[in-house]
Amino acid sequence: MRIALKSLLALIMSVSIWTNAQAALTIEITQGMEGALPVAIVPFDWEGPLPEAPVDMAGVITSDLYRSGRFAPLPEKDFLARPHEGSQINFTNWRILDVDNLVVGRLRTVGDEYVVQFQLFDVFRTTQVTGYSIRTNEQNLRHTAHQISDIIYEALIGEPGAFATRIAYVTETRNASGKRRYSLQVADADGFNPQPVLNSSQPLMSPSWSPDGKKLAYVSFENGRPHIFIQNVRTGSRQLVSSHKGLNGAPAWSPDGRRLAIVLSKDGSPDIYILNLDNNRLQRLTRSYAIDTEPAWTPDGRSIIFTSDRGGGPQIYRVGIADGREERLTFEGPYNARASLSPDGQLLAMVHGDNGIYNIAVMEMDTGALRVLTDARLDESPSFAPNGSMILYATEDRNRGVLQAVSVDGRVRQRLFLQQGDAREPAWSPYDK
Amino acid sequence: MKTLSKVMIVAISVVLLAACGTTGSKRASTGADRGVTEVEVGGETAGGGAESMGIGGSGEFAGERLDDPSSILSKRVIYFDFDSSDIKDEYRDIIKAHATYLANHPSASIVLEGHADERGSREYNIGLGERRAKAVSRFLTLQGASSSQVETISYGEERPVAFGHDESSWKLNRRVEIVYQGS
Repeated sequence: MRIALKSLLALIMSVSIWTNAQAALTIEITQGMEGALPVAIVPFDWEGPLPEAPVDMAGVITSDLYRSGRFAPLPEKDFLARPHEGSQINFTNWRILDVDNLVVGRLRTVGDEYVVQFQLFDVFRTTQVTGYSIRTNEQNLRHTAHQISDIIYEALIGEPGAFATRIAYVTETRNASGKRRYSLQVADADGFNPQPVLNSSQPLMSPSWSPDGKKLAYVSFENGRPHIFIQNVRTGSRQLVSSHKGLNGAPAWSPDGRRLAIVLSKDGSPDIYILNLDNNRLQRLTRSYAIDTEPAWTPDGRSIIFTSDRGGGPQIYRVGIADGREERLTFEGPYNARASLSPDGQLLAMVHGDNGIYNIAVMEMDTGALRVLTDARLDESPSFAPNGSMILYATEDRNRGVLQAVSVDGRVRQRLFLQQGDAREPAWSPYDK
Repeated sequence: MKTLSKVMIVAISVVLLAACGTTGSKRASTGADRGVTEVEVGGETAGGGAESMGIGGSGEFAGERLDDPSSILSKRVIYFDFDSSDIKDEYRDIIKAHATYLANHPSASIVLEGHADERGSREYNIGLGERRAKAVSRFLTLQGASSSQVETISYGEERPVAFGHDESSWKLNRRVEIVYQGS
């Protein structure tokens, strides 16, 4: 098993080397996984004008499934055959390799377009689980591969996948003369195709996706002070939405996308407000003398979870939007901050500090049981995948800010790292709508 | 201290030169970019940030004590304990001196820039930096400065002056910088 993992890692590394031109983030496996589903993804047949397909579809799918921690893809070198469609499969070849499921496919050009055809088989029942023919173009080939990963994930796990989503994060680089440059980046969920959507000489903070995945709200110091902007990711058009005296921070979209929970200190200490984006009206939610910040919505849109140090150190609280009733949620450890709820509302992810060590933890909302998922020193900014299966977060490694993902059970961790500068404040996008 | 003074003299002349080059521009309104860039330069060269004076503009108080490195007024950084905005005794005389200066120079004004170390979450740290800046502001006004002379801004953990990931850097980053503005 160990050897199998190693060769798989080699396979993944070589995948990233092939496409190195666009890969500013690379994958590292930091922990193995037991009980993952054994699956084989056969390299897709290629029919086109070039000697090689522009995207290694099977490679992308293999890497996706592996990173999820739920699958153990068989290394390609162990394959006994390379079928491309159902009629070519000898299931015995796969049964003796203990593979439960098999993916085969073809990629071909039709004029300027591409057609991807794939089938997922149950090796023991010798039946097709699912299969599709997808028309796409060269630019979207990787995205199509992620969509196929989603289809396979859902067919075999029973929950939607989150591979065809994106992540936003902030990078900071310093040039030779020490001048800092901040960028807001958007990349595929596997870290490929990073694209800056905003560059600034001043700090950028707290990116937050609109629920339709079309816009980002964030904090920019470009006017010398922290102000909140909303930017259309596709067009780049942007608008200043909050520039009160003092802090304007921590924007978080309501589930209906019509309101923004924000933090303002215009009336004294930082408090939570709700900005109605239709009419620009502000509703003040908290009135403490403490730091109230980092609002996050409950999935039903009725309450806000937030950080407050009203009890001494920072802890997580909840406030009802209609009745203003407040309740403390965390009691374990001296420092709990930056919380967010899983899409089903069952798990609360947060930064959990104890003895000067800051890790990502999740608390079960039903029982209050807290589980620490990470073990570095300076972990921060947890963000759930839209299917709740993983949490993306920022950490520090050898003096660099890097991004990492951990499965919600803490079993599997993977590293996405930048080749230059510091990455931080990752935000996992919702599903595209 | 000797080295620090030297650094400050150099830094001050840089700022003065910069100010000469931009005579007549209204820093407060256009300012964001230039103002903050100036801070950035200061913060990174000397590590203390005391050099970010910006006494351009009027020249009215650019004379004696403010740019005298041996004056207590040359001390422009107040340091804090972790997750605390309590002003430690050792910094009270410094703040008092600035309060007195401001009281005696009604056209002078300052920006208090609050900062935090990198530990914990970023938005909480922005709140913490603001609380530290406001604590210094309150102390200044209690000591005679007018509240109209004092502005606060927080950068949280976004603008460290020391880049290590241990207490030797963190203690330098938990700070409020006093930055004199043109009037």
